[in-house]
Amino acid sequence: MRLTRAVVQYSKFEISMGHLLKVDNLVTKFHTPEGIVHAVNGVSFHVDDGETLAVVGESACGKTVTMLSILGLIPIPPGEISSGSALYTNRDLLQLSEDEIESIRGREIAMIFQDSMTSLNPVLTIGRQMTESLIVHLGFSHEKAVERAIEMLTAVGIPDAKNRLSEYPHQFSGGMRQRVMIAMALSCAPSLVIADEPTTALDVTIQSQIVELVIRFQEELGMSLIWITHDLGVVAGVADRVIVMYSGIILEEAVVDELYEAPLHPYTNALLAALPRIDQETHEPLLSIPGAPPNLLIKPKYCPFAPRCKYVRDICRQSIPPLEMVDVNHQVACWVNIETGELR
Amino acid sequence: MTRYIIRRLLQGIPLLFIISVILFFLMQNLGDPVATMGGRNVTRSQDRERLTRQLGLDKPIYVQYIYWLIGNDWTKSDMDGDGIPETQGRRKGVFRGDFGTSLVNRGRPVTEVIWDRLPNTLLLMLTAEAVIIFGAVLIGIYSALHQYSLVDNTVTALTFALYSMPVFFFGLLGMYIFAVNFKQFGLPYLPTVGMFEPEAGKTTSQIAWHMILPVATLAFPFFATYSRYTRSSMLEVLSQDYIRTAKSKGLPRREVIFVHGLKNAALPLVTLIGLDLPILLGGAIVTERIFAWPGMGRLFLDHLSRSDTPVVMGILMLIAAAVIVFQIITDITYAWLDPRIRYD
Amino acid sequence: METTPDAIPLLIHDELETPPLSLWQLAWRRFKRHRMAIFGTICLLAICAYSLGGALFYSEAYANYTETGLRLNSPSAAHPFGTDTVGRDILARTIYGGQISLLIGVTAMLVMVIIGVLIGAVSGYFGGKIDSLLMRFTEAVLIVPQIFLLLVIAKFFSGTIPDITLLGRTFSGSVVVIVLIIGATSWPYLARIVRAEFLSLKENEFILAARSTGTPTNQIIFKHILPNCMAPIIVAATLGVANAITLEAYISFLGLGVKPPTATWGNMLDGAHNYIETAYWLWLFPGLLITLIVLSINFIGDGLRDALDPRSRSV
Repeated sequence: MRLTRAVVQYSKFEISMGHLLKVDNLVTKFHTPEGIVHAVNGVSFHVDDGETLAVVGESACGKTVTMLSILGLIPIPPGEISSGSALYTNRDLLQLSEDEIESIRGREIAMIFQDSMTSLNPVLTIGRQMTESLIVHLGFSHEKAVERAIEMLTAVGIPDAKNRLSEYPHQFSGGMRQRVMIAMALSCAPSLVIADEPTTALDVTIQSQIVELVIRFQEELGMSLIWITHDLGVVAGVADRVIVMYSGIILEEAVVDELYEAPLHPYTNALLAALPRIDQETHEPLLSIPGAPPNLLIKPKYCPFAPRCKYVRDICRQSIPPLEMVDVNHQVACWVNIETGELR
Repeated sequence: MTRYIIRRLLQGIPLLFIISVILFFLMQNLGDPVATMGGRNVTRSQDRERLTRQLGLDKPIYVQYIYWLIGNDWTKSDMDGDGIPETQGRRKGVFRGDFGTSLVNRGRPVTEVIWDRLPNTLLLMLTAEAVIIFGAVLIGIYSALHQYSLVDNTVTALTFALYSMPVFFFGLLGMYIFAVNFKQFGLPYLPTVGMFEPEAGKTTSQIAWHMILPVATLAFPFFATYSRYTRSSMLEVLSQDYIRTAKSKGLPRREVIFVHGLKNAALPLVTLIGLDLPILLGGAIVTERIFAWPGMGRLFLDHLSRSDTPVVMGILMLIAAAVIVFQIITDITYAWLDPRIRYD
Repeated sequence: METTPDAIPLLIHDELETPPLSLWQLAWRRFKRHRMAIFGTICLLAICAYSLGGALFYSEAYANYTETGLRLNSPSAAHPFGTDTVGRDILARTIYGGQISLLIGVTAMLVMVIIGVLIGAVSGYFGGKIDSLLMRFTEAVLIVPQIFLLLVIAKFFSGTIPDITLLGRTFSGSVVVIVLIIGATSWPYLARIVRAEFLSLKENEFILAARSTGTPTNQIIFKHILPNCMAPIIVAATLGVANAITLEAYISFLGLGVKPPTATWGNMLDGAHNYIETAYWLWLFPGLLITLIVLSINFIGDGLRDALDPRSRSV
């Protein structure tokens, strides 16, 4: 595709020996009048070149906050990143100055947000919002940026792109706006794209189109992708590896096939069991996970899933299980081996 | 858009009618203008009767109103008291631009009387408005960006105090400090009376120097509301998703705040400016009285206390028309700034 | 993998969310947190105590007692705030003036609220032609600047009005006039707010439910919809008191307000600018008092607005 070859020219990622992104023990808190909200409680993961990592979890489990912390998009007076590191090609993003991280945002790490209506500036034209990062990061002249913007919009499937540049976000449909967000994120050919539930707000038919679009771009540009979602069906279609988050910690991490065939954490197990299946007998009840997610105002001192867990033991209510490698490419944070029913 | 403007202007006409009727009715009990026309002496009864007839004050209210609207040059009235109408009226009525003649400044057309003073008031108000917009908005932006800092808290407290002060108290204080006390301490002091020193003549520098205290008095109460409004508008805008998107694209901070942020935050301010014109006018009355500024406010007070109905009606209708037009201009400006609003 | 559901595990107590609070408790909590609002409340109570309690120390006759020999005395032990242009003690006048100013503030606010809520409710609920008509009228009143309207109406009533005796005090009937005209020119602002609330609230399903069970219209308006828009009304009423006090001061300053010898903080400032160089105590004390009370009420209003705003559900 003519477009992708031209854009790849500006891509800056190098083949590196280590991970593209390595996050280690990230802890993020928010100071509110009601107390401290422990949003992220020691999260560690990595993403390699060209791979797709899916991040799965319920609402408020900390998946978005983790990603925003990495990019320094957490407002710091109420927020606080109290410890951890986020190494991107061996530079710790959490230690960079504002100027330094500005040059990485959009250029090397880009983010696609969930709600395209509120994530686009209502009083600026789409053209302006598309060209500004090209001008700032790649030093394009105005005409060249416009040209590139038209190419990108056409590539994501927006017809009559040239005229649509002077339109405003409210004049686009939901699916179109999400495509615009994708085009914006990819315009500087970043090495890593973080997609925060990009399809959750869309109709099912549009969802599959968007997923296909993103996968196609990833294959052509060779970038890494972090896909945040709570939809296990989407995960199966896009991910190479999956991490499962709950209440600010990672419960399980595995290669996608492994996760679906042999989940090791009771939560993952329950999530998969809760998926309605087309081959289910009609008289079989739909399973759900009883209980509610824990109150994030309380600092977790034991396994946060314990109150809702079928396999709970005494030790589960006494200390947080560490995330341990149990198999090749499979880590889990649980005191219990659910296959045998015994403690690990 | 032109259709919208015409429609709004047409809508304004019945409003002006209602206002004129209400006001004209209120004028009727303002007191007896004829009583003071004898100068130092009480007007003699024959003169009183003659004057009443000449000024058309003996006619019923609705007739007076009609004459005011469309003049009386199409009819004859009885001037010499014999009961037979013989003298042709000379008034053309408001619809043809004739607001009558002043009862106090005998014979002078109302429009001339007002026009004499109007520019002075306009000068004060426009300067005050400029000071408000630039000063308060900048303070508001600064406060929003440095929330809860010492400067922010001081400014908030100060602006509250200023807003709570009645305009004349502020004026009196200003007078006291900058004029009286400065004079006592031998400092160059600000003048407090009129537009210029009679000896020095009506030069620009004289006017500017004399304008300082009145403009400050007029502008400062608005400083409070506008800076606070800008602050909260900015804060709300800066917490929006599209600001997060702009930051995630790595745009420099100044561009995010002043382009992405301010353009959205300014919208409610435009509405506020439009709504505040009546209040600014009200403040002008008091300010002009304190500082003996020869403007429309003082004119209004003088002529109201002497029951000069034509002049008072003229001023009020002028103000009403100005407010209506100004609100239309504000709405159009708002639509021009916000692409989501289309008035068809 | 097991697929049969087991017994639901017990929820540990401290895992549960914080206990629910009623709306008023939420509002009170938020109000308490607003330091300026608390400061305003204390200040307001202090001023009320000064005005009402001060009457125990100075009689009204004393406040109106003129002694031209003592005119324009600067503050001294006998007259802590000095004397005015006809020799009256300013301190005593501020006490009694405070009573009148407060009275005017509160009663004018009541007039404004009654008219504003009625017009706004009727306009918003019935819509159609009634709404158009009422809104035209409201706009007309809004267009002419309030002070101009006030002055004209004040002059309209400037004939002789009898004195009134109320609660042991005698004052000029112009007070009633002032209250009525301030209330009669301040209501449009509130009417618009109430109308907007009614327009959106009447679409709710609980209104449909009330109508379908035959609830009479006035009950729907006053018992169902109105209680739900109390928040903006309370805030507007609070700020309306400050506004009324300020307006009274303005028109008294311009000579058309309450007539002496009845004192109000506003009419004590009438003509004070002529004595700017010689007698600062004429305007300083009443002016300060007005500023303080308006400041306090504004703080309280700000705190109430934050406390009652349904959008800030964060507790």
